[in-house]
Amino acid sequence: MKRTVAPLLLAITLAASTAACGDSGTSAADAAVKRGPIKIWYSNNPEELAWGQAMVAAWNTAHPDQQVTAEEIPAGKTSEETIGAAITAGTAPCLVFNTAPAAVPQFQKQGGLVALDEFPGARDYIEQRTGERATQYVSPDDKYYQLPWKSNPVVIFYNKKAFAAAGIDPERPPLATHAEFLDTARKVVKGGGAQFAILPAPSAEFFQSWFDFYPMFAAETGGRQLVEQGRAQFAGDEGRRVAQLWRTLYDEGLAGREKYNGDAFADGKAAMSVVGPWAISVYGDKVEWGAVPVPTSQRTPASEIHTFSDAKNVAMYSACTNRATAWDLMKFATSNEQDGALLAGTGQMPMRTGLPKAYPDYFASHPNYTGFADLAERTVEVPNVPNSIAIWQTVRDAYSSSVIFGKSDPTTALDEAASKVDQLAGQR
Amino acid sequence: MFGRQPVGLAFVSPYVVFLVMIFAYPLGLAVWMSFHDYFFAAPGVAVDRPFVGFDNYTAVLGDPAVRRAFLNILIFLVINVPLTVVLSLILASALNAAIPFRTFFRVSFYVPYLTASVAVVGVWLFLFNSDGLVNKVLGPLAPEPSWLVNTGLAMPVVAIYVTWKQLGFFILLYLAALQNVPKELYEAAAVDGASRSRAFRSVTVPGVRPATTLVVLLATITGANLFTEPYLLTGGGGPNGTSTSPVLLMYQRGIEQGEPGVAAAIGMVLVIGVLAVSLVNRRLLERD
Repeated sequence: MKRTVAPLLLAITLAASTAACGDSGTSAADAAVKRGPIKIWYSNNPEELAWGQAMVAAWNTAHPDQQVTAEEIPAGKTSEETIGAAITAGTAPCLVFNTAPAAVPQFQKQGGLVALDEFPGARDYIEQRTGERATQYVSPDDKYYQLPWKSNPVVIFYNKKAFAAAGIDPERPPLATHAEFLDTARKVVKGGGAQFAILPAPSAEFFQSWFDFYPMFAAETGGRQLVEQGRAQFAGDEGRRVAQLWRTLYDEGLAGREKYNGDAFADGKAAMSVVGPWAISVYGDKVEWGAVPVPTSQRTPASEIHTFSDAKNVAMYSACTNRATAWDLMKFATSNEQDGALLAGTGQMPMRTGLPKAYPDYFASHPNYTGFADLAERTVEVPNVPNSIAIWQTVRDAYSSSVIFGKSDPTTALDEAASKVDQLAGQR
Repeated sequence: MFGRQPVGLAFVSPYVVFLVMIFAYPLGLAVWMSFHDYFFAAPGVAVDRPFVGFDNYTAVLGDPAVRRAFLNILIFLVINVPLTVVLSLILASALNAAIPFRTFFRVSFYVPYLTASVAVVGVWLFLFNSDGLVNKVLGPLAPEPSWLVNTGLAMPVVAIYVTWKQLGFFILLYLAALQNVPKELYEAAAVDGASRSRAFRSVTVPGVRPATTLVVLLATITGANLFTEPYLLTGGGGPNGTSTSPVLLMYQRGIEQGEPGVAAAIGMVLVIGVLAVSLVNRRLLERD
């Protein structure tokens, strides 16, 4: 009896699972020209939500036969996990207006993304809108699986009151070079401006390097990515200089090794913070802040400084059956008009060339954002390579051990991490 | 073919289906994944998931981060399991006696078990961070670096936290077991002149031995599956990987980094390890 029932039940279970995983039967070629209702996901922060709802309402009014249903990305530990699970389950929406570039290689490997090149004129559209920066978003198979949407160029925010209390000129603080940054950090802590000069999250999540090491690495190298041509770039002199700067900050207690349970900058715990333009509305009047580009060792002119993009893009998912509508919506949502609405509503920088000229009225009335618009032209993205997340985790582990906790020599740790990264980037 | 009571099949089949779907099928799939270059793919996408033999296991066992995670969980279990057994038995005995506010204390010990870990972890962060209450009380005796960023103290703090959080559940198990210890044994011990501590050692401890076996097994299994606490309390297994658990690594490798085959291999090693430890525990605890 046992021998009969067990295989029978297993067969039923497997059959049910297989049936549940079946596709809808629409071929990719058919889907590419089909129009009809589609579903999209967008971020849940209030400003983006308001923009998304208005954008969808405008589309639905103009396209009654191709209605868009929009939802916030379902809750999960991260959006990427939620999207990855939805791809596997076949329940991903047509578009996600919050696709992290670092997750794109994995989604692509899962067969979850649609190459946008299959739509007529898509490549030209992307490259004309975003300019030279768009090449950073091309996948190793020379196709676009994401439409560069918006960036949050990373800068250093500083607390003017904390600087003034420590005797540092709050209007022109010396923060342009590594040496000046270190000196100012020492002064602001010693002078009682704040307990820590700067307090980026010292935790081990793979993405944390985007807000300490990577912006300064991008600036120091004049715009190099972490991995280029399949080879790690961070173990050279530039990467070592940046790692050494942070190691000194940690060793001297100017940066904290313990994660702060709150917003260290808003609470006055740290005098500086690594942030994007979103911070302007967040800190508003709560903190009397100033902003400077990330430092380099050799005083790079502000107009030449590169930084991390902290971008989020739009991607089309393979579960989508009305892909022609989805592509039209992508273009609609990234049109000149909608980019302007996004900028006005969220303060984030649409990935469109010549932002100050495209929206002169906005930047005239919002001068705080002008520097970000200029910087947006020189943003550096995470590399679009296989094993992207594993690569970032490798870098983070080496950085945590050698720079944050000082358990090993940063040069050796970066060299070892570079060897592993070379292997990971070379895999398919 | 269907035995003397075929209707019995109908009664047991829901549970059999449940076991197959929730336990047997996932376990079998995990074993299969651990021997393949597996990754999650969209439905209908033709992907190659070649058989790789023991490659995933070789990679896992040769990875210093994985070895460190298993060492961490061993440290955790060495602290957590004995502490859980001793504290829950002592507290259950106390709560079984006629003490004032007994119901209040019983509820108090059970509340942390019911409270969401995310909320309780927040409180512990405030207690154990550098400027926290514990360090303020300790003053110059406070450890440097502080508890949660100290490579030698982070895992013990996690173990103590988990012990405290789970204690209510294990007290409940012991309280139930204590109801089955015959009162006559205590009376006989008293007549023989046994002190309270002697009665505890000679009557209570042997009397609740089956419960102790259960507590040790459950504490070992739940401890080996540690995830939330290092993820939240020590910022993803910090400092420098000294509180990373195997399940946290499985999450990183399998979900974040898209290597479910490697994650499954870590899981299989963990299952074998937990089975071995549980077997040893059972043999030691159940022998007469």
